[in-house]
Amino acid sequence: MSTSTTVTPTKLWSGGKSPFNVEYGKLMMWYFLMSDAFTFGAFLISYGTIRFSTNGWPDPNEVFKSFPFAPEGVHAPLVFVSIMTFILIISSVTMVLAVHAGQNMDKKKVVTNLIWTILGGIAFLSCQAWEWNHLYHEGAWWGSNPFLNHDGTASSTNFTNYFFTITGFHGFHVFSGVIINIVMLIMTLMDKFEQRGHYLMIEKAGLYWHFVDLVWVFVFTCFYLV
Amino acid sequence: MSHTATHEEHNGGAVKEIVRVTIILSVLTAVELILGFWMMGMPLDGRLRLAIKGAIIILMLSKAFYIVGYFMHLKHEVKNLIMTIVVPLGLFIWFITAFLIDGNSFRNLRNTYDPYFKERSTIKVEKKAEAKHEEKKTETVAPVEEKKVVE
Repeated sequence: MSTSTTVTPTKLWSGGKSPFNVEYGKLMMWYFLMSDAFTFGAFLISYGTIRFSTNGWPDPNEVFKSFPFAPEGVHAPLVFVSIMTFILIISSVTMVLAVHAGQNMDKKKVVTNLIWTILGGIAFLSCQAWEWNHLYHEGAWWGSNPFLNHDGTASSTNFTNYFFTITGFHGFHVFSGVIINIVMLIMTLMDKFEQRGHYLMIEKAGLYWHFVDLVWVFVFTCFYLV
Repeated sequence: MSHTATHEEHNGGAVKEIVRVTIILSVLTAVELILGFWMMGMPLDGRLRLAIKGAIIILMLSKAFYIVGYFMHLKHEVKNLIMTIVVPLGLFIWFITAFLIDGNSFRNLRNTYDPYFKERSTIKVEKKAEAKHEEKKTETVAPVEEKKVVE
């Protein structure tokens, strides 16, 4: 596992060296992401609690069944959201490649991969904007739920409230991730990291971006699949 | 930095690992989607449906493992760092269990002691099939408002 460490475990806590063997900023990024994980966890668990305490719940395959440029009555559940999922996974891969190129001090590759990551993030946000807009025009918003439960009974607004709050909070994270990546791209182009002699900043931005992808794995499963 | 030591030994292997993890993540997502499509026509309280949901959650957790372990590089960090991240997240086990059981118990209590709550969940709203846009707002929003009062 930890083949890269040269220190023996007994020496790690005896001072003069980081017991975590990472740079300060990266450790703090990990702790920030952990607190963020608890925020998202609280949202999703609250959603689960309410769903468990209600007798009926809308069928996601009935709610999320449309597709851009498709005719009005189209029934294509899971198709659009799977495209969004793959966009985010692929942008995570390009981010990993950018981090890897940064470790090799390969500026050109960092720039290309960061651009791909930013484009992936923008594509995801556009998909989400389309979906929100479509749902809004169907009458769904905070406080209004046009959809019926699975068994045809009237549904409460809990469903739309949770959907818009949680995907909105995630979308806001994607948006800040795109901004952070654009800042990283500008800094790379200005040779900031070349001057510093390392691309550790890219690694921290990368951690954040992967976390956004990670959260989507959970949001996608909780709202669209189960 | 740890990475100057790290990437000498798996410099060539790193890209290979990224490709491998990408393929794994795509396959896991594809399997999730296949299960999702398979589940669609099934009865709501069927045992198979529940089993598929369980399988989807296991797949979700393994995707999370690959993203955190390989993309976020946690698997290659020092044990101290792994522990300081993973151990607090273990609280989620209690967190999820306690709150879902709580929600479930709340539903049972309401179904037992609140006849109005129970009755509302058996009345079907018919107008859905033919009316797509206009009627929805008038038909379904009204009972929703009433229901909020109950809660």
